[in-house]
Amino acid sequence: MLELKSIAVRLGTFEIHDISLEVAAGEYVILLGPSGVGKTVLIETVAGLIRPCAGRVFFQGVDITSLRPEQREFAIVYQDYALFPHLTVKANIAYGLRSAGIERSEKRRRTEQLADLLGISQLLRRRPEGLSGGEQQRVALARALAIRPKMLLLDEPLSSLDSNTRIQLRKELKRVNKELGISILHVTHDQEEAMVLGDRIAVMLDFRIRQTASSDKLFRRPSDVEVARFVGLRNIFEVESVADGACMVLGERIHASSATQDTSHIWIGPEEVLLSREPFQSSARNQFQCEVLDWNPQGSLLMVHVKTGGIVLAALITHSAFDDLQITPCARVYATFKSSAVHCF
Amino acid sequence: MITTTPTTSHGSRTGWFGLLLAVLGSFLFLFVLIPLVHMVASVSGSELVEAAGDRDVMDSIKVTLLSAAFATVGVVLGGIPLAYLLARKRFFGRSLLLGLVDLPIIIPHSAAGIALLLVIGRRSLLARVLGTGLTDTIAGVSVAMAFVSMPFLVNAAREAFAGVPVRLERVARTLGASPARVFFTISLPLAWRGIVSGMILMWGRGISEFGAVVIVAYHPMTTPVLIFRRFESYGLTSARAVAALLVLICITIFVVVRLLCRRPSPER
Repeated sequence: MLELKSIAVRLGTFEIHDISLEVAAGEYVILLGPSGVGKTVLIETVAGLIRPCAGRVFFQGVDITSLRPEQREFAIVYQDYALFPHLTVKANIAYGLRSAGIERSEKRRRTEQLADLLGISQLLRRRPEGLSGGEQQRVALARALAIRPKMLLLDEPLSSLDSNTRIQLRKELKRVNKELGISILHVTHDQEEAMVLGDRIAVMLDFRIRQTASSDKLFRRPSDVEVARFVGLRNIFEVESVADGACMVLGERIHASSATQDTSHIWIGPEEVLLSREPFQSSARNQFQCEVLDWNPQGSLLMVHVKTGGIVLAALITHSAFDDLQITPCARVYATFKSSAVHCF
Repeated sequence: MITTTPTTSHGSRTGWFGLLLAVLGSFLFLFVLIPLVHMVASVSGSELVEAAGDRDVMDSIKVTLLSAAFATVGVVLGGIPLAYLLARKRFFGRSLLLGLVDLPIIIPHSAAGIALLLVIGRRSLLARVLGTGLTDTIAGVSVAMAFVSMPFLVNAAREAFAGVPVRLERVARTLGASPARVFFTISLPLAWRGIVSGMILMWGRGISEFGAVVIVAYHPMTTPVLIFRRFESYGLTSARAVAALLVLICITIFVVVRLLCRRPSPER
C-alpha cells in the first residue's frame, strides 16, 4: 500500500539514503533504530513534511512524492504529543475535521466516539496543560484518528511515558490497528516495543535500513552482527579463526555447522543452551564445563550466566530446571548446544 | 526594588555574589528611576493641572498618541508576515534582512528624517503623484514614527513566532490544514501575546520619537517636539510640566494595556 523506493533525504550535513520500505494494507510496521539515525526525518518524509532529494513515495500505486502533507491524509503522532496548547481537548481532537468540511453533528459524534474509545471523555473540556503524559498522548492519538487517516505515523509515541501507561497504550495501538484496520508505521528505539507491536520490523542503523523481517524472524535470524547486537541478542562472540568446522573464540573451540572461512561472529540463542549437572550424552557437539556466575528472571524464565575459560554464556532455562540443577553461585554445570544452533555471521 | 536574601540556604558562598549582583543592578535601576521620579515629583499639582488645561499641550498629546497608533497598525500589516518569514523560512538573504530590520535603530534619527523627507516631502515623487507631500501632516508624523520604531515590533513578533514549536504546525498540516489555516489557527494565536507586547513597545517608542518627527513634521506638533520648543523658548520649568504629564500618561496607558493582555485568552 505504502511504498518507499530508494528514498534519500539531505538536511544540512545530515543524510539518509537508499531507504526502501513497504507497508501493506492493515499492517503494523515498526522502524527500529537507535536515536539519531534519521527515523523522525524518514517518518516526516512519509508525511510529506520533508521533500526527499531522491527516490519516490507511492501510495496505493500512485506516486505521492510531491503531494503536500494536507493532501495525504496521513496523521502523525509525536513523542512530545504536540497538542495545541491554546485549544481544549475537544477542539484539539476536532481540529482536522474543520478542514475536511464535515457537518457539526458528525464532528461531535466522531469526537465523542474517539474520546470514548481512548477513555478521555472526562477531559474534553480541559486544556492540554496539566494532563498527564498518557492522557496527552491519548488526545494526540484521538486527534490523529479523527480525520480517519489513510495511515497512522507514530514517532516514538510511547517513549516519554511511564511503563504502566506504555503497556496500556501499546494495547490501544494494537487495537487501533486490528479493529479499525488502520495501517501503522511506528518509529521506536525500544526492542521490546518493536517485538510486541510489529507485524514486521525494519531495523535502521547508520542512516539506512539494514533488515526488514517479521519480529519472529528478526530475533532468530538477524541479517548481520550489528543488527543482532542492536536488537539486544545475547551470546554474540567474535571469531578469531575457523578450522574444521569449528570457530576459535577466546581460546575455546565452538563447533558450528554453517561456519565458513568468512565467519567473523557467531551467535548462540540462549534458549538453545542446555544446562546439566552431569555431562550430557547427546549428538550435540558443543559441551563445556562451566561455573555459574549469576542469574536473573526473564519473563517467566530465568537467564543464567555461566563461564568457561574467557567465555560468558547466557542460558535461558525454566524455573523447574533451575530447581533441579540446584544452582548456586560458583556451582559446576555443563553447558551443551548443537553445532546447528550456532548462527554464523 | 531589587531585593536579595544573601544568607539563606544557598550558603554564604553564593551570598556575597548575590549581593554584588543586586548592588550593581540597583545602580542601573536607580539611574533610570531617580531622574524620572524627581522630574514628576518636582512638578507641583497646580502646574500639572495647568499643563493639562493647555490646549497646545493636549492637542500635541492627542497627535502623538494617535500617530503612534497609526504607525503601529500600519507596521503590523507588513511586520507580522515579515516576522513569520524570518522566524520560519530559510532563504537567500535572510541574515542580510535580519540586519536591515535593525538598521533604523542604529542610524541617527535625524538622518532617518532627512531620508524620509526625500521620499515623502514636498518635492518628492510621492508629492508629484498625490499633488502634496506628507510634510507637516499626521500621516508624515506616522511615517517617521513607523520608520524608526518598526524594528521593535518585527523583532518581538519574530521571537514570538520562533517560540511556537514547529511540530505544532507540522501536525496541523498532516491534519489537513493549509499553510494559511495553520498560520491563522495555530501560529498567530500562540504568538499573539508576544506580538501585542511588541506592538506596545513600538507604540511607546513611536510616542517618544523626536529626531525623525521634527524633521518631517514640525507641525502638527507632537509632545516631544512641544517639550523641546518650550525648553528652548521658556526654559526648564516650563518644559518640565509637559514632560511630566506625558510620562504619567504613557505609564498609565502601558500599565493598563499590559494588564489587559495578561489575562488568559478566552475559551475558543
